[in-house]
Parts: sequence; C-alpha cells; structure tokens
Amino acid sequence: MEFFIEKAILLNGFACILFVILIFFFLAKDGLALFKFVTIQDFLFGTLWNPLAEPPQFGILPLFLGSLIVTLGATIISVPLGMACAIFIGEIAPRWMRETLKAGVELLAAIPSIVIGFIGMTMLGPVVKNLFHLPTGLTALTGALALAFMAIPTIVSIMEDAISSVPRIYKEGSLALGATHWQTIYRVIIPAASSGIVAAVMLGIGRVIGETMAVMMLTGNASVIPKTILAPVRTMTATIAAEMGETVRGSEHYFALFALGLVLFVITFFINLVADAALHRKQK
Amino acid sequence: MVEKIIIENLCIDYGGVHALKNVSLSVKEHEILGIIGPANSGKTSFLRALNRLNDLDLSSHLSGSIYLNGKEINREMDAEEVRKKVTMVFALPIPLPMSIFDNVAYGPRRHGTKDRKRLAEIVEKSLKAGFLWDEVKDRLSSSAMKLSGGQQQRLCIARTLAVEPEVILYDEPCSGLDPISTAKVEDAMRELKSRYTQILVTNNVKQAARVGDRVAFFLMGELVEIDEANRIFTAPKDKRTNDYLTGRFG
Repeated sequence: MEFFIEKAILLNGFACILFVILIFFFLAKDGLALFKFVTIQDFLFGTLWNPLAEPPQFGILPLFLGSLIVTLGATIISVPLGMACAIFIGEIAPRWMRETLKAGVELLAAIPSIVIGFIGMTMLGPVVKNLFHLPTGLTALTGALALAFMAIPTIVSIMEDAISSVPRIYKEGSLALGATHWQTIYRVIIPAASSGIVAAVMLGIGRVIGETMAVMMLTGNASVIPKTILAPVRTMTATIAAEMGETVRGSEHYFALFALGLVLFVITFFINLVADAALHRKQK
Repeated sequence: MVEKIIIENLCIDYGGVHALKNVSLSVKEHEILGIIGPANSGKTSFLRALNRLNDLDLSSHLSGSIYLNGKEINREMDAEEVRKKVTMVFALPIPLPMSIFDNVAYGPRRHGTKDRKRLAEIVEKSLKAGFLWDEVKDRLSSSAMKLSGGQQQRLCIARTLAVEPEVILYDEPCSGLDPISTAKVEDAMRELKSRYTQILVTNNVKQAARVGDRVAFFLMGELVEIDEANRIFTAPKDKRTNDYLTGRFG
C-alpha cells in the first residue's frame, strides 16, 4: 500500500513537469515552423504586423512594445500602491481592520478579467478620453490602469506575507533602541523582507504580461509602434486571441501566432525564474 | 543615592489576565537591580513596561505610574524618548540583519548622527565598552549574523550603549549562552555600573547574586520582597523568598 501511494505521488509530481515540457515542445514545434518563411530578424525586429497583406508582414516589434508599455505602466502604478497597502496591512492597521482589508484585497483577485475590461471600457475609457482630450479613450494608459488593479492583489498578498514573516524580535530590537515606527519599517522590516518584496513584484508583472481579455477590450488594438502612453496599442496576448480564430491551420499566419506565444512563454518563464531566485535567496 | 526610576502601584493585565499586581518600588541611580522569580511571575512584563515595549501588545492594559527622572513615562514622554533613555537587551541575541558596524550605528543614525567620523568613533567606543572591539575590529563590515552567540549578545549590549541611554534593561541576557560567554557579559555589566543604571531579569538566581546590588523577588505578579543582595540571599524576610531560593519550588 505504502509503495503504491508513494509511486502515485511521484507520478503526479512528474506529470506537472511533463505538462510544462510538453506545452513548451508543441509551442516550439509550431512556432519555429514560421522561420521557414520569415527570418528571425524580420520577426523580432520587423516594425509591421500585417498578416493579411501581400506578402504578409510578421514583425512583432509593435506588439512587443505594446505589451511592454502596458506592462511597465501597470507596474509603475501597482507597485507603489501595492507596497503601501501591504505595509499598511502588515504593520500599521489595527487587527480587526487587517483581516477585513486582507479579505477585501483577495476578493479583488477574484473579479473576472472580462468584468474589469467591461468596467474599464464603460467608465475608465471616457475619463481618460476627456482628461487628455483624446480622440479615443482606449489607450495603453487605460489598459495599464485596469491591469494595475489586477496586479495589486497578487502584489499585496505576497508582500504582506513577506512583511509579517519578518521576526518580531527585529522590530522590537529596533524600537528598543529608540527608533520610531516608521524608521523601523523603512530601515529594518523592508530590507529584511526584500526578497519577498521582489518576488511579489515579479509575480505581479507576470500576471500583467499574460493578461489578455481586459487589455484586448481596453487598449484600442492598433498594431503600431506606440509613441506615447496615450496612444492605442496592441499587446502580444491580444493579438493571439483576436487572430487565432481566423487563421488556417498550418498557414504562415498560424505559425506566426505560435511563435508569438513562444516569445510570451519565454518572457514569463524568465520573470518567474527571477521571482523564484529572489524568494529562495532568503532561505540561505 | 538618587532614585532614578520610581514605580507606583503598577498593574498590567493582558486581556483581563493579570500579569502584575500593584508593584511599587524604586531603582537607584547606577545600581544593578536583579529581578528573580519563577516563570509567569511578571518579571518580563515589568521590564517591558519600563521602556514602553508593552505598548506594542494591543491587548495589554497598564495602570499606575512610572517616573523616570521625575517624569511620568506614559503621560509626560514620547515612546521614542523613553526607549532612547531606557534601552533593552533581549533574551535571544538579535542583531539586526546588517553589518556589525551598521548594527552599532543604527541607534545613533536614527537619532540624527550623520557624520561618518563621529559614527566611527561611537562604534569603536561602544564596542570597547561592550568588550567586543578586539574580537571584531578587523571585520566591522561583515554580517553580524556570523558572530557567535556570546559575541552577538555583547554586540547587542554595544548597540544599546551607542544610543547613550541612562538605563539598560536586560531580559535574561544569558539564557542562551555558555558559562564563559556569560562571564564576559557579566563583566561588561559590572564595568558599566559607574555610568548606567541597570536592571537584570534572570532565571538564574546565582547570576542575580553575582552581579546584583539589590534583588527583587517576584511571585505571581506580586513583588514579594526587595532588599540588598547579600541580605536577600542570607536572611530573606519573607518565607516565600526563602522557599524559592532554597529550591522548594520554582
């Protein structure tokens, strides 16, 4: 009996890794097939994405920059907010408020992204449009704002865990020397929790970069290289979602979307690797 | 001798559970007051009340008065001001997760000393006073976590001295140390007597006898007896003190 349970658990453990490898393998198989038609340089650095032109153009630079600007924007908005929120929950809020806030933040994570996209489209879009006098409210900034909301729960809950797992004796040691509460937070607690904080930021970014539905609804879907954050953009994820349905299986376009997915996979893989490295640095 | 700290009718409870009942005593300037008693006798609560670390426990409630230099610490002083003058050395040596130098410079920096030369002087002086300078002077920038237990505890004392306090509280400072490290910490305490008022909570009755000028015996949240160390250990007035010291309980 013992033997079978042990083997079953072992098998399940390996299955998870196997799935990741298989996903990568199939993605690579169809994605790399593109390079029979297009050179890698044209794919990575081409400035035009126009699969329906004759001949079709598969330059992902505008899509990559679109993803980058939305992700960066969302990160810049969500990291300070999430960090302040995590410090407040972990260190400053009284106990009854702490539980309520934590539950609230976690509820935010449960909102389906389509609903965020919907609210962003009807409420956030017009605000951005009127505020900056733009022809359309569907811009990189609108997408970044909505995505910031989706990243905040991840950032807050992981960061708060990191902050509250700083040993209480560090805090008391600092306070006993006459440091103020804020000095203690800034000089002792945040440095001691730094690896968890980095991990929280990286996982937040990972969440943002892979998000599809909300950005597709909010960023305006124009595959041009964005000059400002107020321009409409199109992200890599939105491109795949929008175009997959209209491709012919085995066509260049089909392979191009797989190659795009491969690029995304590689990016998120590295982000997770960095986050993991940051988390484990602490345990040394 | 001048009375440094006067405690009047101090009561502490944690969510209705009494930890300290009506304790009144005074601490003289430049003495070492040993506090002994079995577990749960309120020694640590008493100590933590003196530098207002009890404030951190939201379920705790305190009544009575504590005067430091004639000023009531809960009503007439800020917590930071109290903790700067009355600092604490904990049971577990807890260097902050930074270098040896930064650990000692931590307090002075927080209180506004920025000048590097001045900080270096303070660090050297404090480490010498904590009997640690010779052992660490060549590796001040390495992590304080790499020091041995006894060294870490002396670092914590040096760190405490760097803020130039008036009173130092020790909460069982040697409970995790070997006899030789303990002796070094006790030497440091005796050496510091000329400049500081010190209060030592200890589970080790012999330690209180070795370093204490006066000794207070706490039992179940009450102050049973306080007297000169040699008198407490030779001729205690209260039967309970005698029972504890002769090992009948505790």
